[in-house]
Amino acid sequence: MELTEISHDITDWFSGTGPLADIVVSSRIRLARNLAGHRFLNSCSVEEKAEILEKLKSVLMSLDLGDEVFYVSVDKEPELTRNFLVERHLISRHHAMATGPRGAVIARREFFTAMLNEEDHLRLQVLKAGCQLRACAEQIDRIDSLIEGRVEYAFNPRFGYLTACPTNLGTGIRVSVMLHMPALKLTNQIDKFMNAAKDMNLAVRGLFGEGTEAASDLYQISNQVTLGVSERHIVSEFENVVIPEIVEYEKAARRQLLDKDKDTLDDKIARAMALLQNAHLISSQEALFLLSHLRLGLNMHEHMGASTPAIERLCALRASASERDKLTIRTINRLFMLTLPAHLQVNYGKSLDPTHRDALRAKIIRDALTQQS
Amino acid sequence: MQCQACGKRTATIHLTEINEGVRTELHICEHCASEQGIATHSQMSINELLSHLLAVQPSDEEMFGPAEKDLLCPTCGFTLDRLRKEGTLGCPLDYKVFEQALLPLIERAHGGKNSHCGKVPTKLPTDTKKFVELSQLRQQLEEAVRDEDYELAARLRDRMKQLE
Repeated sequence: MELTEISHDITDWFSGTGPLADIVVSSRIRLARNLAGHRFLNSCSVEEKAEILEKLKSVLMSLDLGDEVFYVSVDKEPELTRNFLVERHLISRHHAMATGPRGAVIARREFFTAMLNEEDHLRLQVLKAGCQLRACAEQIDRIDSLIEGRVEYAFNPRFGYLTACPTNLGTGIRVSVMLHMPALKLTNQIDKFMNAAKDMNLAVRGLFGEGTEAASDLYQISNQVTLGVSERHIVSEFENVVIPEIVEYEKAARRQLLDKDKDTLDDKIARAMALLQNAHLISSQEALFLLSHLRLGLNMHEHMGASTPAIERLCALRASASERDKLTIRTINRLFMLTLPAHLQVNYGKSLDPTHRDALRAKIIRDALTQQS
Repeated sequence: MQCQACGKRTATIHLTEINEGVRTELHICEHCASEQGIATHSQMSINELLSHLLAVQPSDEEMFGPAEKDLLCPTCGFTLDRLRKEGTLGCPLDYKVFEQALLPLIERAHGGKNSHCGKVPTKLPTDTKKFVELSQLRQQLEEAVRDEDYELAARLRDRMKQLE
């Protein structure tokens, strides 16, 4: 499969739809598994890693997932391809940067990935738009059971599914959601949110988290405890207790902006529109920062009926003809993804230096955000 | 880049402080950051943060009792010293071999819990002995290949196929 078959668009999980979509961008569940009768990866020789890879590859590629699957030999792919897969959330950065035989099995519609020889022998992942953790859990459980019918997992009755790192022991399940929380930042309440998350035993990470800022105001929160609780309990607690509480923080902050600080809100949205429609050079960081404000404006209009001068002007923007009239969240998300560095270069057909990337990015965005005639 | 506090995991949180033209950096992993309740917008100076973090890292003796330090996994040769350095275990059997030593670590990571109560595989697990033998055979096979004793390697491979 060629990357360009998927690189020109985004798929379901990033489409901006689903429950609580104005704040919960996507849901993800990941399972960590190891094969019995083998060492954990850190202790494996290259030969043993290759052996594990072959075993898992043949099983994963023969599963019936209801979708076409393709295999990527991650260790053999160039850096650009690996970065592309990381940008698309199909493999982790760890998997891209590691050494040794490793691969990934990816469903065409990108709702499912299996990383082979990441930190554990097998890491399964299911992604869906909005808050759909239960659906993710059911799907990944089915896939896990299908695989388990063909291999033997490392498991002991006391500690459950055995993982390389004790922090993933037991269920091996990592439940997470990607949240868009620009209002918390604008009202200086991110610290409050971080503390609340810590109290709820959650891990919080800003998207593309290298620094302390979250790119595009996107945060990934996930459970930390994987042992001593059932998968069902972890998922239902997350969906019924954790998420409603966190979502309410952001909702309240948005209401606060609307009631007490319309000028700040309008200013952010108006500046974002102005820059994105006119700049000739724009860095990835800046683009993500500005797109976040557009996403905020659109969501506030659609989900809260917010109507301010800047929001009205934003909603009057037309996306280019291929996007079918109105500017939607899907458009914003598509711009987000397609202007990331690896996507730009894969779609352009060759490597580009930063300045050229910044120019291309600016052009793509300008072209996409046309005025209403 | 390694976490400056535990030295085990990769640093994913990078704090930079510029004070009167002097730039200090702190690189820690999520685990240590969340362990110590470090919000990403901390008010502490970086030096204070780092001392605070280092002060609470357990030493070898504190982490594992004196007797356990010398334990060795018969299957993969793993020792607790490697766990402290690498952060991950060597093979699934390590969870049996080092069970007692691992318990406090596991409980700390999982809010006091130490017993699995979720999904279980539908198949009955194979006898552990078979896996220990497989592991040993694999090690012998690697040595045989290294020593270019291909006859021995072939015999070992056959034996492994039989077991599997």
